[in-house]
Amino acid sequence: MAVTEMKRINLCAPQSSRKQILEFLQSSGAAELDFTPFEDEDLKKKDTAGRHAIFERNALNADLAIETLDEFCDIKKPAFSSLAGKKFITRKEYEKIIADRKQLVNECSAVISLKNEISACRGKILKLESDIEALSPWLLLDVPFNIKGTKTTAVFFGSLPAAETDEIIFSALTDLKADFKEISKDKNNRYIGVISDMATAAKVKDNLRKIGFALPPLSFKGLPSEYKNELENEIQSLNNEIESKNAEIATYAGRRNAFCILSDYYRIRAEKYRVLDNVPQSEKTFFLSGYIPAYETAKVCSVMSEKYGAVVEEEAASDAPVLLKNSKIPSSFEGVLESFGLPKKGEIDPTAIMSVFYIFLFGLMLSDAAYGLIISLACFFMLKKFPAMEESMKKSVRMFMYCGLSTLFWGILFGGYFGDAPDVISRVFLGRTANKPVIPALWFVPINNPMKLLLYSMLFGLIHLFTGLGIKGFTLIKQKDYKAFFFDVVSWFLLLAGLLLMLLKSSIYASLSGSALPLGKIGSLIAEIMAAVGAVIILLTAGRPSKNIGKRLAKGAYGLYDITSWLSDLLSYSRLLALGLATGVIASVINQMGSMAGKSVFGLILFIAVFIFGHTFNLAINLLGAYVHTNRLQYVEFFGKFYEGGGTYKQAAICRVFRQVLRRRRKEIFTV
Amino acid sequence: MGLVYAILGAAVAVFLAGAGSAIGVGIAGQAASGVVTEDPSKFAKVLIMQLLPGTQGIYGLLVGFITLSNIGLLGGNAADVSVTVGLEILAACLPIGVVGLISGIYQGKTSAAGIGIIARKPDQFGKAMLFPAMVETYAILSLLISILSITAIKIG
Repeated sequence: MAVTEMKRINLCAPQSSRKQILEFLQSSGAAELDFTPFEDEDLKKKDTAGRHAIFERNALNADLAIETLDEFCDIKKPAFSSLAGKKFITRKEYEKIIADRKQLVNECSAVISLKNEISACRGKILKLESDIEALSPWLLLDVPFNIKGTKTTAVFFGSLPAAETDEIIFSALTDLKADFKEISKDKNNRYIGVISDMATAAKVKDNLRKIGFALPPLSFKGLPSEYKNELENEIQSLNNEIESKNAEIATYAGRRNAFCILSDYYRIRAEKYRVLDNVPQSEKTFFLSGYIPAYETAKVCSVMSEKYGAVVEEEAASDAPVLLKNSKIPSSFEGVLESFGLPKKGEIDPTAIMSVFYIFLFGLMLSDAAYGLIISLACFFMLKKFPAMEESMKKSVRMFMYCGLSTLFWGILFGGYFGDAPDVISRVFLGRTANKPVIPALWFVPINNPMKLLLYSMLFGLIHLFTGLGIKGFTLIKQKDYKAFFFDVVSWFLLLAGLLLMLLKSSIYASLSGSALPLGKIGSLIAEIMAAVGAVIILLTAGRPSKNIGKRLAKGAYGLYDITSWLSDLLSYSRLLALGLATGVIASVINQMGSMAGKSVFGLILFIAVFIFGHTFNLAINLLGAYVHTNRLQYVEFFGKFYEGGGTYKQAAICRVFRQVLRRRRKEIFTV
Repeated sequence: MGLVYAILGAAVAVFLAGAGSAIGVGIAGQAASGVVTEDPSKFAKVLIMQLLPGTQGIYGLLVGFITLSNIGLLGGNAADVSVTVGLEILAACLPIGVVGLISGIYQGKTSAAGIGIIARKPDQFGKAMLFPAMVETYAILSLLISILSITAIKIG
């Protein structure tokens, strides 16, 4: 449980050592670079925008080329590929790719332009197909479509709404020396050819237009059927072209890996130049400022001044980024903390304590030995199989592995192995008649005694809550705020402990658990005094920021009212019972359903099918429930007692990228 | 007659709580589909959010199952349940039924809102998940009372 203390260093160094200093700082884990202290008109920033734009474009092109390859070459991604993280490659491969980068960039462009040409071809095909569609009503026409008529007659074609009957058309043509012929018709339109005297042609067209006549959206020479053939040939040749381009793209399939590395390479270079953009510099010197862990300051400062001739000053950081430092097991739970909020300045990092409760409560909620074993083994193999998994993913998988182990533990205590599967199997298929469970619970079976588990849930909750209160006290003592420690922590502890003891000896508790706590007279008196003293302290001090006595007492009474929130927090732990029971009961429903067909071959097949499907479902839904509700107990009940969070976390991506690169260089191993 | 009341109790627990979950999961599912059309990569996260209001149905099932098993229906020979005991069982089933229905619906709405958070800020998944979990607390409390009552009722 540690938040690493951070310090800010400011540095001024000669231009000549700029590159080395940047690389050194970033490789040593000097997290965050920040240039705000140097806003000064005399200092210029180097303009590398042009260069970094080029790098970025190259990276984007490589990404686009990869996407194209995936789309056109049907590259199969293995299942779980998202878990695998980035592949490792050797330094030799990496350097070869970097040496060929010019050619690779050209190849990327080639792939992209092939893709663009293919989409252009597809666009043309669409256009041609719609032309063919428009042509279809005219296919029966046996004169050329572009015929205009003879010296004295005019001929034209067009469509009319299907509702216009021959009579309507003839009436439009009355006295105009014209005739028409229907070529084809469909649901909406009639397609007609019209012939008329040259002199009346314009009038004919006008009259026809009034009843909805429209000229066709096509113009071509020759017979429609010939034109259709022409269009179809064109489509065929375009299809051939697409095919040959597809084949051409496929020849690049082997380069996919190289493109991936290329994209990373350019992205890193672009990021690097973006940092350089922001470094304020004068003619001969440049300036840097950033946060580094306090324990590294001495080393970094001495290296800076001795090796690179830099002038360094350090100061206490006011709003430093948060860097958590935990050992292996608790560090798996940092993700849980992160999604609530990182510690603020002055707050302690509760990850380690939280992880203990997390494992404990998670297992209690899921509480099935078989499920626990499945989860932890699955996570274990995932970790072994994909060692290069992304760090945050790795942490969560490891977290679930520990939680699975705890589930196994609780499952054995409560005798849950796929619910009551051992009993059902032995009874239905092996003919066992004894009424005792095959694998007895090590402790007790919750469904037979829910009251007992409820009381234990409350007990665990109480420990969890008091731990939270204890951490609050610890923080206050560390901040030397003894007054607050006494008024806000000790008082509550007295009140709650006193009330609790009074409850334990009461008849309510006796009716729940079977026996009351024998406190004796003196014991009860002590309990009552504890509670009273606690209550009085809270009443008098909870409103201490107010000067006015009346106001202060009112606020104190309101503070005392907080006792209800303690009660509801405590009751909230009953979910441990509810979720634990849910797993077991649904599992037994599944087993019962599976065994309905009795002892036969069909019965066995049914049982296996229901068993696999049902338990997968149950495991998934209860895993989700356990995860959500463990988080809730941590966030609301536990953190509510002492933790606010909201610390900044701004470890810049640039530095992370750099660090990776440098680490790769050191290990002579590269990730793609 | 007592047996009828007892089975009615199991039915109430299962169908009210189940209906609540069905409505809730439906509401959340509509929001989830919207997000996935925009960004399919958020599928896993929004699916989890959609499932959150599904637990009420399970709690209802849980109570229904315990009831049926207590009155011996699952073993094949039903116990002789008096009218009083039957009504007691019915009453015991009411909390999870009613609260399951209402909390399921509201948890669905809260989940849909949480899915809205994920659509814009996927990194706030932890917090988005917490709001629907708050609603669920009350389903859990009612489940608790239902279970405690049913296991306390002496049959036959």
